[in-house]
Amino acid sequence: MLNTYVVYVENKPGVLTRVASLFRRRAFNIDSLTVGRTEKPEVSRMTITVDADHDQARRIEANLYKLVNVLLVENITNQPAIIRDLAMIKVAATHDARSHVLELASVFRARVVDVAPDSLTIEITGAEDKIDGLLEVLRPYGVLEMVRTGIVAMRRGKSSTTAATTSTGADVTEEDVSHSV
Amino acid sequence: MTTKNMTGASILWECLEREGVTTVFGYPGGAILPAYDALKGSKIHHILVRHEQGATHMADGYARASGKVGVAVATSGPGATNMVTGIATAMLDSSPIVCITGQVGSKLIGSDAFQETDITGVTLPITKHNYLVTHASEVARTVREAFYVARSGRPGPVLIDITKDAQQTTAEFDWDAAKPQLPGYRPDLSPEKKEYEQALELIHNSKRPVILAGHGIIISGAMNEVRDFAERTGIPVALTLLGLGAFPASHPLNLGMMGMHGEAWVNHTIQEADLLLAFGMRFDDRVTGNLKTYASNAKKIHIEIDPAEINKNVKVDVPLVGDLREVLHELLPHVESIDRSEWLDSIDKLKGDAAVRDIQNLPDSGHLYAAHVINDLWRETRDVETVVVTDVGQHQMWEAQYYKHEKARSLITSGGLGTMGFALPAAIGAKVARPEAEVWVVVGDGGFQMTLCELATIVQEKLKVNIAIINNGFLGMVRQWQEFFYERNYAATPLLNPDFAKLGEAYGIKSMTVSGRSQVVPSVHQAQQHDGPVLINFRVEQEDTVYPMVAAGASLHEMIRRPSKIVETAGDE
Repeated sequence: MLNTYVVYVENKPGVLTRVASLFRRRAFNIDSLTVGRTEKPEVSRMTITVDADHDQARRIEANLYKLVNVLLVENITNQPAIIRDLAMIKVAATHDARSHVLELASVFRARVVDVAPDSLTIEITGAEDKIDGLLEVLRPYGVLEMVRTGIVAMRRGKSSTTAATTSTGADVTEEDVSHSV
Repeated sequence: MTTKNMTGASILWECLEREGVTTVFGYPGGAILPAYDALKGSKIHHILVRHEQGATHMADGYARASGKVGVAVATSGPGATNMVTGIATAMLDSSPIVCITGQVGSKLIGSDAFQETDITGVTLPITKHNYLVTHASEVARTVREAFYVARSGRPGPVLIDITKDAQQTTAEFDWDAAKPQLPGYRPDLSPEKKEYEQALELIHNSKRPVILAGHGIIISGAMNEVRDFAERTGIPVALTLLGLGAFPASHPLNLGMMGMHGEAWVNHTIQEADLLLAFGMRFDDRVTGNLKTYASNAKKIHIEIDPAEINKNVKVDVPLVGDLREVLHELLPHVESIDRSEWLDSIDKLKGDAAVRDIQNLPDSGHLYAAHVINDLWRETRDVETVVVTDVGQHQMWEAQYYKHEKARSLITSGGLGTMGFALPAAIGAKVARPEAEVWVVVGDGGFQMTLCELATIVQEKLKVNIAIINNGFLGMVRQWQEFFYERNYAATPLLNPDFAKLGEAYGIKSMTVSGRSQVVPSVHQAQQHDGPVLINFRVEQEDTVYPMVAAGASLHEMIRRPSKIVETAGDE
């Protein structure tokens, strides 16, 4: 099954390679990996999704902790979380098709970010299946180009970044979990 | 705290001294020259090796013989890449070494400059951690962290790559003796109370338990605790290759080595056990054989410092993640003495006809067998403090079978990586670490030729190291596999060797060749009495085989034993 990890790492050169290399060396296949800044300049945050069974998932976590630059690892697969992917989809949209495409984009709450005589570029943010859904209905019109960021994820409720700078990872308890959209 | 303006190179040596380093093993070159230039102001003794691989094995041998961190130094590019085998060896056997490499000037990095390699990239998967240092001001903190990471938790190799300009430029030297601040690094985990209770329950309810004793016992210094535990619970102890010496060979509860070339009864015992207590070992495939059939009726308790080892190869019932010595301290007051005589008697029965099949018990046929050499070596060195350093192959397994190790750190061998060429340089490191000990290299004719250039290092450093070459004219273990699994097609395994005794003499080493069984003991005595290094070329039976053997992928109890017809033939002679 797909496991989703949130990994806090020290913002130092080469850390991404260390993490990616670990997965390759241990023969785990990364499905998606995103990395970016956090609210703390010395900490970067990765969202990694990996296909792994229960035991493998636990070992991935333990192996990640063996990297000196890794601060905190959370497997949020079974946690309430907000999971987002951003895609830009360039669709062939001549005069006749244009209104249909715009309508579909609006149904999916996607935004048109570029209009050209023969195409439209649509930006959509959401869970992967929502993006897949839009892609599916746009395909008949001719998808010219697509780019996706890979997923980013965040647990609902209490933040984990405080734990990311201490030496032990504090668990977030149930009472901290919110259920907002 | 006083601070003073120093070059990165001087800071490096100063920091090494403060980490307790007295000797480093290295080889100079352009990118590390500033460091070598600054060496003259240091109390550290530098040993010039003949190849950088040798430097890493020496640092490794030093670490394993002493329990301290070993240090190897090399230049950039080829100097650094020559270290790779030694680093990987240390990684797989959890040996704490720090490798220091020079790097081209920081402004040249990425330009494919002369002797430039991205050695931090190259060694990423085979180091516990590594560093690229580009400023003199980073040297002190990096050295502090590197030593801390190398020796704490599950030890391992750490590499520090220092650019030439970081060595040449100056910075305020400010030594912080406090524990380094590494927020993501957690070497000191400990089990939960509930896990201790579960473990105790399994121990007290088991009828046929076995302790599997691994390298972790030696690393954590838990020999006494393991002994107490075994004696108090009456549980017999089987050892891994790297565990040899962790539990005294002569102890009544000692079973001997397990695994691919372990004694048959040891493997049978494990297969019949109802509880395995894995102490600082990692269920390597050479130990378990086929995982599907491995100790299938046994519950498993795994005491291990590295959480990533839990359930990696074998699914365990109770993991106790922490330092073995500390975990045993917690467990010991609660373990109850249980009468295990029935179980121990049944293990005795498993020994069966083992003695009949033992080559040691065959009549003298005029042939010199490696087992005889090893056994004689053991008899003649058992009363003195001895460190045996082996290479990899048949002789390594015979050493493990026929040399009875009583003490920790009396055997140094490459277990995980199986690095041929390890023994000679590692023995140099061991001798430097423990000059009072009698150090013996036990090496095959194949592995010896991989790093024999270090004979020159032995002579230059006037080290009293005894070298026993187990010379069978073959890459013996590979030949054995060809014998069993490739229809005796001895492709590329016969060796045309030089006259090793003459070679030793060319280096100025007292050397001799022994081909008869009666000459073994006198030759060992000669080596012991000579005050310089000695090389003995033991010409042993060419096509001898290590028995028993669990074929790769076979079940642990399905061993290939020494054929009984050989026993009969030999008996007729």
